[in-house]
Amino acid sequence: MYTQMVDAPEPGEGARDERERAFEEKLERGVTIESTDWMPDAYRKTLTRQISQHAHSEIVGMLPEGNWITRAPSLERKAILLAKVQDEAGHGLYLYSAAETLGTSRDDLVDALLSGRAKYSSIFNYPTLTWADVGAIGWLVDGAAIINQIPLTRCSYGPYARAMVRICKEESFHQRQGFDVMKTLCEGTPQQRAMAQDALDRWWWPSIMMFGPPDAASPNSATSMRWKIKLFSNDALRQKFVDQTVPQADALGLRVPDPALRWNAERGSYDFGEPDWNEFYEVVRGNGPCNRERLGARVRAHEEGAWVREAALAHAAKRAAKRAAA
Amino acid sequence: MNVLAPQAALVSYLVRLGDNALILGQQLAAVTGRAPIVEEDLANANVALDLIGQARLWLALAGEVEGAGRTADDFAYFRDPAGFRNVLLVERSGVDFAHATVRDFLFDTWHFGLLRGLERSSDARIAAIAAKAAREVEYHARRSGDWVVRLGDGTAESNARVRAALDALWPYTGELFEADEVDAEVARAGIGPAPETLREPWRRHVAAIFADATLDVPADGWMQSGGRSGRHGESFSYLIAEMQSVRRSVPGERW
Amino acid sequence: MSEANAAAGRWPLWEVFVRSGSGLAHKHVGSLHAADAAMALQHARDVYTRRNEGTSIWVVESRNVVASEPADREMLFEPAESKTFRQPTYFTVPEGVKHL
Repeated sequence: MYTQMVDAPEPGEGARDERERAFEEKLERGVTIESTDWMPDAYRKTLTRQISQHAHSEIVGMLPEGNWITRAPSLERKAILLAKVQDEAGHGLYLYSAAETLGTSRDDLVDALLSGRAKYSSIFNYPTLTWADVGAIGWLVDGAAIINQIPLTRCSYGPYARAMVRICKEESFHQRQGFDVMKTLCEGTPQQRAMAQDALDRWWWPSIMMFGPPDAASPNSATSMRWKIKLFSNDALRQKFVDQTVPQADALGLRVPDPALRWNAERGSYDFGEPDWNEFYEVVRGNGPCNRERLGARVRAHEEGAWVREAALAHAAKRAAKRAAA
Repeated sequence: MNVLAPQAALVSYLVRLGDNALILGQQLAAVTGRAPIVEEDLANANVALDLIGQARLWLALAGEVEGAGRTADDFAYFRDPAGFRNVLLVERSGVDFAHATVRDFLFDTWHFGLLRGLERSSDARIAAIAAKAAREVEYHARRSGDWVVRLGDGTAESNARVRAALDALWPYTGELFEADEVDAEVARAGIGPAPETLREPWRRHVAAIFADATLDVPADGWMQSGGRSGRHGESFSYLIAEMQSVRRSVPGERW
Repeated sequence: MSEANAAAGRWPLWEVFVRSGSGLAHKHVGSLHAADAAMALQHARDVYTRRNEGTSIWVVESRNVVASEPADREMLFEPAESKTFRQPTYFTVPEGVKHL
């Protein structure tokens, strides 16, 4: 899903030299690539883009839920949400750390985000309108993320795979706390139940779209899959998400806002409706409800923090000089 | 001076402790996602989490002592602004990173000294909470102190901003050492240290950090006061309204 | 620290190693940016030990880590492969002989 706008290149015919063939053989044998190993430029570039967009998603992802920390309706929920959003910052850091092993500095990666060149997951361009949205995001968005991330723990690039292991361990807490918020609301007053249903109504389709365009519209997946940095197709993951989540909605007593949703006994899976792909492309292009606000918030934080970063460095330099002179 | 029934004094004292932690925790939580660098966001959130955890413990104990069935959430969500008993210092908004850092440092240093004193409380429940909280706040004070030094002895700009923050916030430090009948009763019962006893160690530590930060300790002038009796600043009602908005507007016992 | 780095406000990169409570050795867990050593330790604690993972933290500026060259991998590590007599399992111990 972090490959939403990452196009892995098709290699030219017969362009693969000896080293590339040896590299791809390694991948076929399931050998993990580390930062000091030789790798094709295209692999390095594509991975850098994918990992950094994953990182940016975590950081921008702090904002929609971060909105509700001050308004959380109990001290326990406040603490839990704070811990979750903090985890997201941590995930961003693990991923920046992995991306930096490929030779691009954090500053350059952040610069790409703030200037709009790099993307982040489309889901975070939607607004959080009520407390129930916090539950919906944890349940659906983190649920979708887990489905995407577990296979990546087996991806070909070591630092990325290891970051994924760490992230997956923490992510299941995120999904559970979201589901728990929804469950408490669904077992509460009519207003609380209505709040929960409304949140599901607004977050269902954007979550479906998180997995990216349909396979038929994703021609460049083949290279990523051969390089083992994408392990399952968009549609396969999307189907898994629906099959896993619909029974959870049933358990909550909530209605999924898809009139075409139907259990297909033959396939052993749910049939479901088609998302509005126009909306998806517009959001990715920058026209979602919150794109400008999200990026604006990150740009402001970065700009307002410049004097702080400079001061910390200047201080470190002064102390280093003192020590050297002593 | 009125002599308070010991139980009433203890409830008031615990509410003050809880409200200081709650309001400062709320301020730190409010800036999540806006730190100068992502690592600082994590650090900030850790401090906020510690403080909210402490608030829950103090306020729950206040409810227990009061004996009227109030939970920590009841204290947090169903008192009007005038019912809160935090010092004014923690409700001062972090105008910029320098303001927030100076505010946190001045409070953290005092808070740590207070908790060390409370570890020796004659009340075992208070001593237990204080012991846990002291370990957390030791880290808060170390971290905010380090930042005061970095900013004070950093660039000309950071130094100027810290001085401006210090000028704005110093008048709120006097309230930390005020004593009223609640404090008198608490000290008499051996429950907590008399506020005045915290002043000297606080000044010493502040002076030492400021020296390292190439900052002067401001002279004591007129001190602002009133938070501990429920007379708060103008922005306080916004903070409380935001904190309580969902809980007060949507019917529901469990969240 | 170069002028350009300081001016750009770039904080150097540090590698983080954590020894868990039950572990015997420090393990590399990732990297982070910090302006000085004290900050690096504090950040490492906040980023990598929120779930009781650590009792001891090492931070090292990335530029100070010296690593073996991948190209030298064969030269450095293959010779050990043929000297299996360094492993105790190379030797058969006759049945019944104890404490070997």
